[in-house]
Amino acid sequence: MERVPILKLGDILIISIQIDLDDQSVLGLQEDLAERVVATGARGVVIDITAVEIIDSFIGRMLATIAAMCRLLDADTVVVGMRPAVAITLVELGLSLGGVRTALDLEKGVAALGHLHGRDTTR
Amino acid sequence: MNVHADVARRRIEELLGTSDEQILRRWSALAKAPVDELKELYQALRTALAEEGSDLADIRGLLAELSRDRVRRGHTPSDTARAVFGLKEAVYEVVEADGGPEALRGFIWFSRLIDDLGLYTIETYATAREKVILDQAEQLLELSTPVVKLWDGIVAVPLVGTLDSARTQVVMEKLLQTLVDTGSEHAVIDITGVPAVDTQVAQHLLKTVVAARLMGAECVISGISPQIAYTIVTLGIEFGDIVTKATLADALAYTLRRSGIEFGEGRRTQIAIRAEDA
Repeated sequence: MERVPILKLGDILIISIQIDLDDQSVLGLQEDLAERVVATGARGVVIDITAVEIIDSFIGRMLATIAAMCRLLDADTVVVGMRPAVAITLVELGLSLGGVRTALDLEKGVAALGHLHGRDTTR
Repeated sequence: MNVHADVARRRIEELLGTSDEQILRRWSALAKAPVDELKELYQALRTALAEEGSDLADIRGLLAELSRDRVRRGHTPSDTARAVFGLKEAVYEVVEADGGPEALRGFIWFSRLIDDLGLYTIETYATAREKVILDQAEQLLELSTPVVKLWDGIVAVPLVGTLDSARTQVVMEKLLQTLVDTGSEHAVIDITGVPAVDTQVAQHLLKTVVAARLMGAECVISGISPQIAYTIVTLGIEFGDIVTKATLADALAYTLRRSGIEFGEGRRTQIAIRAEDA
């Protein structure tokens, strides 16, 4: 099973999804992330899906699940870099990812998290 | 092809060869077209007939050209077809003069051939027309959906004309792509120029807004006319927490404020406030 690497930057965890996610690696990612959030005491999680070209309802739900999970662990989640085609697919599937914060790219996502926590992490 | 038909056909070909001058002159008079124009066609027809199993591609090409040419000069497609059918009458006179049974039998075959060719001119005309219509529709689709930049990080789509599903789809894709390309976090969809919306179009607009939100951008809808507002409420469409503004200017002011750009109020407004205070 391929594992998605989780990077730590300050008090933010960054996940960049570069592989075709199958159901098994999605479940693995959720477990890994929960452990890392607790272990590092991260305040924010950025999920970068710039490289994801195809998305299905399972992965769409995964994003919502991760966001809900991280909120329980006191971390905010931002999904960044969603492609137009992916966004249209999700809307057609009826998944509006309510409660998940989004940003156009990684930079804006990290800035949004810093803004939330009352400081500028980009500097 | 049986022997009778073959003989009949050859007889017609012979007649076309021997009386070509007479047929051409008569055809020209019937079709009200100059002999030169028809001569090429006539030659092509004879060549095609002489060739065993010819697919008439040459003559079809010539006919297509003739049809286009005549339409440009203001003839109707029926005129062109009638001109082609004129050849039948011209040939029939020769066949009648010949009087032989082979020639008469051959004329039926020849007549069917000319019918095909005449109908082909109509077909060419219809195809050409259809192509023009398709091209125009495509151009209209491209022309009518510009995405303009209002400010750094703010783009707008001014929609003009009736919206249908195909157009809203194009608008949606173009807007979302522009958001990615320019890195804009705010978008304004201005529907001042839209006379009416139905449930499907409203649904598409909502989908666009939600899709933009998924990508991390915010959408404002502006310029909803009273009729459209009435329709939307009557149809029971929920705009939820989507921001709507009366005019494009309001929407721009709102998005500027949202993106943290400070701007001073106009002088006239200040005077108005003072007058109110006094």
